[in-house]
Amino acid sequence: MSTTSSSLSSSQGRRFQRRYLLLIPLILMTIFYLIPLYVMLVTGFKSFEEVSLQTMWNLPSGIHFDNYIEAFEKLKPHLWNSLIMVIPAAIISSIIGSINGFVLARWRFPGSKLVLPLLLFGMFIPYQSVIIPLAVFMKNIGLAGSIPGLVLVHVIYGIPITTLTFYGYYMTVPKELVEAAKIDGAGLLGTYWNIFIPVSAPAFVVVLIWQFTSAWNDFLFAVILTGNKSWPVTVALQNMAGSQIIAGNVQMAGSLLAALPTLLVYIFLGRYFLRGLMAGSLKG
Amino acid sequence: MFARKEKLYGFLLVLPSIIAVGIFVYGFIAWSVRVSLSDWVGLTADYTFAGLRNYIELFSDPRFHVDIRNTVIFTVVFVLGALIIGLFLAILLDQRLPGEGFFRGLFLFPMAISFIVTGVVWRWLMNPATSADRLSGYNLLFDSLGLDFLINQWHLTPTYGMAAIAMTAIWQMSGYTMALYLGGLRAVPEELREAARVDGASEFQMYRRIILPLLWPVTLSAVIILGHISLKVFDLIIAVAGKQLPLDVPSIYMWQTTFDGLFYGRGASIGILLLISVAFLIIPYLYYSLRSEGEE
Repeated sequence: MSTTSSSLSSSQGRRFQRRYLLLIPLILMTIFYLIPLYVMLVTGFKSFEEVSLQTMWNLPSGIHFDNYIEAFEKLKPHLWNSLIMVIPAAIISSIIGSINGFVLARWRFPGSKLVLPLLLFGMFIPYQSVIIPLAVFMKNIGLAGSIPGLVLVHVIYGIPITTLTFYGYYMTVPKELVEAAKIDGAGLLGTYWNIFIPVSAPAFVVVLIWQFTSAWNDFLFAVILTGNKSWPVTVALQNMAGSQIIAGNVQMAGSLLAALPTLLVYIFLGRYFLRGLMAGSLKG
Repeated sequence: MFARKEKLYGFLLVLPSIIAVGIFVYGFIAWSVRVSLSDWVGLTADYTFAGLRNYIELFSDPRFHVDIRNTVIFTVVFVLGALIIGLFLAILLDQRLPGEGFFRGLFLFPMAISFIVTGVVWRWLMNPATSADRLSGYNLLFDSLGLDFLINQWHLTPTYGMAAIAMTAIWQMSGYTMALYLGGLRAVPEELREAARVDGASEFQMYRRIILPLLWPVTLSAVIILGHISLKVFDLIIAVAGKQLPLDVPSIYMWQTTFDGLFYGRGASIGILLLISVAFLIIPYLYYSLRSEGEE
């Protein structure tokens, strides 16, 4: 009996040690993931004189902000465009998604069974299949090339994903709560306001983050529907990177500036970001 | 459930969204189909019916053949790569190693970044110069680590350059498959693992015979989601390579031919073909997932 238990514990001990060997591939993968970030940071902090293709892996001689200043000056109007486009888009999308999700989750109307798959499919369509009519339409209503136009587009094409996320979340609200509210004489809107809104914070955070990130990172709508004055930062960065005149170090600094808002959201609210992903309801 | 008047309110609340999606998604798809069946070239709309001519021309267009080949290469490398790396990372993290939360967060951060930023940085890293005095990026790193045999032309490699761009997409998205798989692994009951260990199965056998088969549904969702991303890949390629013919894909062809070349009819038909290819992937998936949801 004692021999079995000791052999068991020694095999457990071996397993315990072997487990730590697993850290080696994990660290190698960590390096693979961090290299682009390292290059972005290191190159961005070099002074203009230090930059050459042959020394790109070296650390900077000190922290220089030249590149960031120049990149920021070039991208400032576009970072601003992105910001004033993304914030209303995320907020409006979330409100619409919440209302739709509530109505669909709590009330079956004729044809409501059809609404969900049609929304779901709308979430996955390649936007290339609607972009020509969209461009014509935006021109006809006078919103082509403008930031409000881009907000509208993100809000409308965000309806499927925001609605379905809230729908999934609201389906988990216990029926008893709704019944109790009804006995208290609450109507549809009263139930929404008093029962659903107070418990909605997690879903709002997930949807806000999702819409913020996807609108900020969008390139296709932006490049087709905006002009160079209203370019969001993704289009401006792409143009900066495509130009031969602007040095790589400024491009790297610009990349970091363009990535920073969504990275910060991810770092501080990553838990919710992950929760949205794990729910499996969000597309990539 | 609610009074009639209340129901009317509810309906009125969702109606604008239903109309908006109806027009902007389904109406515009129909409109695109109409454009794709027309002769429209130039700035003024021309809906003269041309039948399937745009589609037929595309299939005999050498550029479109390159696009299809590139999409296939990209899809195979990207989807397989993201699945394998994601599964590998998930199994590693499933061992409850120290710092698990840190690693999980680290592997997912690229998902928060735009494809444009990823592309711009990777273009810098994948400097295609191979002559010793001009090495930079990864090639320079390989050279200084004595890994010369790894030096290559990345996305400028003839025929298979697309695989290098797929690698940048793997960097961006494998954290996502890792998260999906880790969720699946954590849902495997501990008793099942214990039972396998008691039966004398090695850890490897346990994963191979018991756990991996349980992860099929996760793999299926991941393939659908990654597959639809790769069919319409656009900004990543623009950011790494610009508009180069050897690295062309349908979405870039569509963009150029429509908005630079003003061949609206042809552009629309590429858009519709993309939609059809995504539909082949998505509709069976939607059908099964909705049906199984209905059964619950």
